[in-house]
Formats: sequence, C-alpha cells, structure tokens
Amino acid sequence: MLSSGLRVFFEGRNMARLMAGLLVTLKIALISIAICFLAGLLAGLLMTSKRPAVRAAMRVYLESVRIVPVLVWLFLVFFGVTRAWGLNLSGELAAVLVFVFWGTAEMGDIVRGAIQSLPVHQRQSGMALGLTEAQIYRHVVAPQILRRLLPASINLATRMVKTTSLVVFVGVTEVVKTGQQIIEFSNSKNPAAAFWIYGLIFILYFLVCYPISLLSRRLEKVWAY
Amino acid sequence: MNQEALPLLQIKGLVKTYGKAPALNGVSLSVGKGDAVVILGPSGCGKSTLLRCINGLERIQSGEIILNGENISNPGARWDLVRQRVGMVFQSYDLFPHMSVLDNVLLGPLKVQKRDKAEARRQAEGLLARVGLLDRKKDYPRQLSGGQKQRVAIVRALCMNPDLMLFDEVTAALDPEMVREVLDVIAGLAEQGMTMLIVTHEMDFAKAIADKAVFIVDGAVEEESDGEVFFRNPRTERARRFLNSFQYESRRPRRKTGAAPSGLTPVPVTRATMG
Ligand SMILES: Nc1ncnc2c1ncn2[C@@H]1O[C@H](COP(=O)(O)OP(=O)(O)OP(=O)(O)O)[C@@H](O)[C@H]1O
Ligand SMILES: [Mg+2]
Repeated sequence: MLSSGLRVFFEGRNMARLMAGLLVTLKIALISIAICFLAGLLAGLLMTSKRPAVRAAMRVYLESVRIVPVLVWLFLVFFGVTRAWGLNLSGELAAVLVFVFWGTAEMGDIVRGAIQSLPVHQRQSGMALGLTEAQIYRHVVAPQILRRLLPASINLATRMVKTTSLVVFVGVTEVVKTGQQIIEFSNSKNPAAAFWIYGLIFILYFLVCYPISLLSRRLEKVWAY
Repeated sequence: MNQEALPLLQIKGLVKTYGKAPALNGVSLSVGKGDAVVILGPSGCGKSTLLRCINGLERIQSGEIILNGENISNPGARWDLVRQRVGMVFQSYDLFPHMSVLDNVLLGPLKVQKRDKAEARRQAEGLLARVGLLDRKKDYPRQLSGGQKQRVAIVRALCMNPDLMLFDEVTAALDPEMVREVLDVIAGLAEQGMTMLIVTHEMDFAKAIADKAVFIVDGAVEEESDGEVFFRNPRTERARRFLNSFQYESRRPRRKTGAAPSGLTPVPVTRATMG
C-alpha cells in the first residue's frame, strides 16, 4: 500500500515539476543570501558606527525587521506596495526584496556582534601602527571576524532557505507548493502520495542545507590560525 | 631653527578629561633625543592616558604636544603620519593572531609605509634576530609564550623606524620568569640611544634604565628629576613614600637584618642580548 504509493513520483511529469519547484526555491534563496551577505557586511559596519544617529537608525531597522513576521513583510511588499504605487512586482521579486531586507538586518547584527567581540587592542594596535580605518578593517578586523561569522551566518542561510516556503502566499509556486498540487491531484487514487511527496521534500531540503553546513565546517578549518 | 637644541618631544599643559573627571590635569614634560624617560605613579594617576594621548589614541581637551618641533595636537594633525614616528607597545599581547610573526612585523612597513618588500623583510628579520626570535618568524602568535609575544610586539613597533617608543607596562601581564627577557630588549634599545617613554612598575628596572623619572599623581606631574636623583633622593615627599611602598621590610621578628638588602638593590640588567 505504502510502497505502491511510490508510483506518484513516476506519474506524468511529477518529478520534473518537483525539481522545477526546487529550482524556484533555490533561486530565491541563493540570490537573497548572496545579496544580503554582502549588504550585511556594510550593515554591520553601520551598526558599529561612531555616530549615534547612524546606530539608532540601524537599531530601528533591525527591530522593525524582527518585530514584524516575514509573512507580513511579504504581504506588505507584494500587495501593499504594488497597490499603492501601481507597480507590478512579480511574487518572486517581492520575495527576494523581502528576504534581502530581512537577511541584511540579521546578517548585519551578526557582523556587529563579531566586530564587537574583537578585543579593543586589536584595532588600537592597528591604529598605533598608522593603519587607516579602511586598512584596519581590511587587514585586522575582517580576517578575524570572517571565521567568527561562519556559524551564525550559515545558520541564517539555512533559515532563509527554509523560509522560502512562505512565498506560496504571494503566488509563487516553489517546491512545497508543487508538492501540494501533486498530492491534491493524486489523492483519490493514491492516499500515500502525501507521505512520499513530503518525504522527498524533506530530503531535498536536507540536500540543499547539508552542503552549506559542510562548507562552513570546511572553511572553519581552512581559516583556522 | 636649531634641531639639536630642541627636545624631541615637548608636552605643554596637557588636559584630558573623560566626561567631567580629568585624567590629565595640565601635564608638561620634555623629552630629549635619546632619553629613556620612566613614568611612575600610583594606579589610575593617568600614565596610560598620557601615552595614549601622545600617539593620538585619545583626543585631548587642551594643551600642546610637540614632536620634533611640530605641533601634533592641533586639529589638523595627520595622526597616521605621527603614528609612524611614534611606536607603542601595550600591556596586553596585541599581536594579530591571524598573521605569522613575520607578517605581524611587516604589516606596518608594507601597508602604511609602502616600503620595498625585500628591504622591509631584511630589516624585520634583523630585528627578530636581535630579540632572539628569528627562528620563530613563521610561527603564529598562539605558538609563542607571553614574553616572546611581547618581544615580537616591540619588533613590530621598531620596524617602523620610529623616533620615539612608548611602552605601557609591557611586562605587567607576564609570568615573572618572562619579565626579564622583555626588559632586556628595552634596556638594549636604551643603550642604542632610542628615545623612550616607559611606564613600568618594575622599580629595579626603572632605576637601572631611567635617564629621567617623571612622577605623576592625580593627572599632574608631581616630580620630574634625573633618574639618579629620583631613585636615590627624590625631592618630593609623595615620591619618597611611593618609592618606599615598593620595599619590603622583614616581618620575621627574630631575624637579623645585617646583610639583608634593605632597599632598592638594583638587579644588574644584562645587555648581552642586544649586542
Ligand atoms: N576610557 C576611559 N573612560 C573613562 N575613564 C577612563 C578611561 N580610561 C581611563 N580612565 C580614567 O582616567 C584615569 C587615568 O587612567 P589611566 O589608565 O591613565 O591610569 P594609569 O596611571 O595608567 O593606571 P594603571 O597604573 O592602573 O595602569 C583613571 O581615573 C581612569 O579611571
Ligand atoms: Mg595604565
């Protein structure tokens, strides 16, 4: 009974559709992660700025990102902004915008924490040598924080991959939504389809996220000093 | 202008406050070229603050700092240039942990001074050899002892060819058996005529090395004397009491106090290491 449910994978173009859904998931996640990791470095610098006004503004940004659920941000951008300005955003673009907005704040906070965890004497030794502010970041701060950033930023990346499942609510058909469609279609003939499809999606998420953690462990070794 | 007659460093009426509390309250001081000046005083009197002001790690409220005839304390001062002429070594081991010993030493010469790599490297290796650490040049700071790390930190500052070196209690965080190796390096520099401001609690060392002693209390210079004079016969009562606080009298009642050292017996400082 259960194993005969396996046939759901081979009916029609089910497998191809699931993979296409996975690609949508990956595309949104990877583009967002790439942008927000870079933007997050800048956000982290701003969060440790000497100017109190800059720090306060970044604080408001971070808190507003954290207080409001990602789903609400998605609705706000997809429905609110499109209506208000008459823009025609695709669901995917809205999703990337929201994920970047969210991930940049979180990444910035991770970078801030890493910068502040450096002993003050590290920066001061750099200053005492006559290094400029930029050189201190480049040669003293950055190499030391990159390694400290790894665990938390990898955690953020996998969280972002998983949160992409929310984009169904703005009409994007990613891997989970595709799975649901397949299950609905075959439910009457094949009640075990739900088990197999969700099982496969489980494995797919694992296959995406596990290499990310592997990479981080690898990098932590390479950057050990 | 006659550069010879001018002191290398001149400080006039230096005031530095943290919030309302003054850490330095009108400090004036002059340091001749080649002088080893020891700065002494009770904890919290402003010794570290003074050194930090001299290379611009702290902003000052008023007063003047004049290095080589140039006022470096005015708002337009280029601290990145000043800091190339003033080397500083801190109490904490502050080597960059992600760089090898040699890279630590070369960072300033290559990135700040943009010197030729081969030439800078030759100097760095020469200096490392002088402090007995050439064979550790490829090691990372975590592989070194505290004393070795401080010797590298000194070399890192020296490799910028500074006119003036600032030492802020560089042996205070070291295990006792490593203090000597670091002090020997500083003593060697004094012999070679390096101009230095040295904050230390190692009284025997201070006495052995000081051309001049500056005694600070509550952010102001209480006494500024020749080293000889200061340690033998300080002019102020505060300084006398301060020096006495480093002496230990025997607390064992029945012991004879004949040959026992009664005061600050200088431990001879070995200078062989610096050749
Ligand atoms: N960043 C700071 N913020 C506020 N107050 C400070 C700061 N740094 C130093 N102070 C204060 O300034 C005064 C002088 O401090 P400083 O560190 O120069 O003393 P010190 O003579 O070096 O003492 P020690 O022998 O303990 O190292 C102290 O009262 C100290 O509390
Ligand atoms: Mg101090």
